[in-house]
Amino acid sequence: MSADGKTEAKHGAGHDPHEADHVKLYTKIYLYLVVLFIISFIGPFVGAAVHSKALVLVTAFGIALVKAYLVCAHFMHLNIERRYIGYLLTTTVVFMFLFYAGVSPDVMEHHGRNWENVAAKQETARALREHALHPEGHEEAAAEH
Amino acid sequence: MAKPIATTRSVTTIPTGRLAIWWVLASEVVIFGGLLASYIMHRLGHPEFGDYAAHTNTWIGGVNTLVLLTSSYFAVRAHNEAEHGRGKAAANWLYLTCLGAVMFLCIKSFEWTHEIKEGFTITRNAFWSFYYVAAGLHACHVIGGGIIMLIVAQAAKKNQDLQRVELIGIYWHFVDVVWIFLFPLLYIAK
Repeated sequence: MSADGKTEAKHGAGHDPHEADHVKLYTKIYLYLVVLFIISFIGPFVGAAVHSKALVLVTAFGIALVKAYLVCAHFMHLNIERRYIGYLLTTTVVFMFLFYAGVSPDVMEHHGRNWENVAAKQETARALREHALHPEGHEEAAAEH
Repeated sequence: MAKPIATTRSVTTIPTGRLAIWWVLASEVVIFGGLLASYIMHRLGHPEFGDYAAHTNTWIGGVNTLVLLTSSYFAVRAHNEAEHGRGKAAANWLYLTCLGAVMFLCIKSFEWTHEIKEGFTITRNAFWSFYYVAAGLHACHVIGGGIIMLIVAQAAKKNQDLQRVELIGIYWHFVDVVWIFLFPLLYIAK
């Protein structure tokens, strides 16, 4: 589309032979997204029922990646966008992974060779004990309010 | 009225408006990416997060996912109409997209009211802090996107600035993509 948005308006409507194809493609992608959503919704319930963490992870997060790809590629048109935009977005995602790699050891581990996160250990133990006593979690909440 | 030079020039061969929206989204990736990465590391390092997450309502999260996916479809249809110079039709699709935004926010309000009444407030623990900050920041983007979409639709109805339909569409799809990741993290991983 032109920068001022008037070029297409001058051309008038309904003359693009590919228009029907575009609408068909968008509808097809939308239907794929709905089907994937249904699988990602039901999958974790099935995974929990059969005690399969792998099934939960694949159906919840694996399908989320596929859905995000479909939206980015076909709805945001990243598949036909200039490469520069892809590099730009990839850089920001790389920054996110760098942040994760740098910070996660301190958060995910509660002890190391020369250190121990006593507060985190205590909080985890307290929360798990609390949950064992009150699985619904409402008693603690009621007491706080 | 003459348009500013920055609106019409295109050094990178990408129209300036579209380039700007991609830069906005690049900064949004860092904002939401940092937030989600922090959540994931806490979720993996604190097994109790799974117990806390058990109190979120998967059905409500699921319905909201469907609402956003549908509104994303409406947004891309609006873009398609704008590409062919049909401003009025584009505006109508944008209004439908806005309806999706309103539905999303109404459902979220209902959900939060219920959760707060149950005592699951933002200060309850780290999980609920993450939950309200992540979902709240996302909801702010839905509100902002909805308002801008109405402004764009008003102009599109008069066949003015139709390129903006694409720009708000790209933003809206990003909001949808963020929710695609928030849904399994906050509602499914229990």
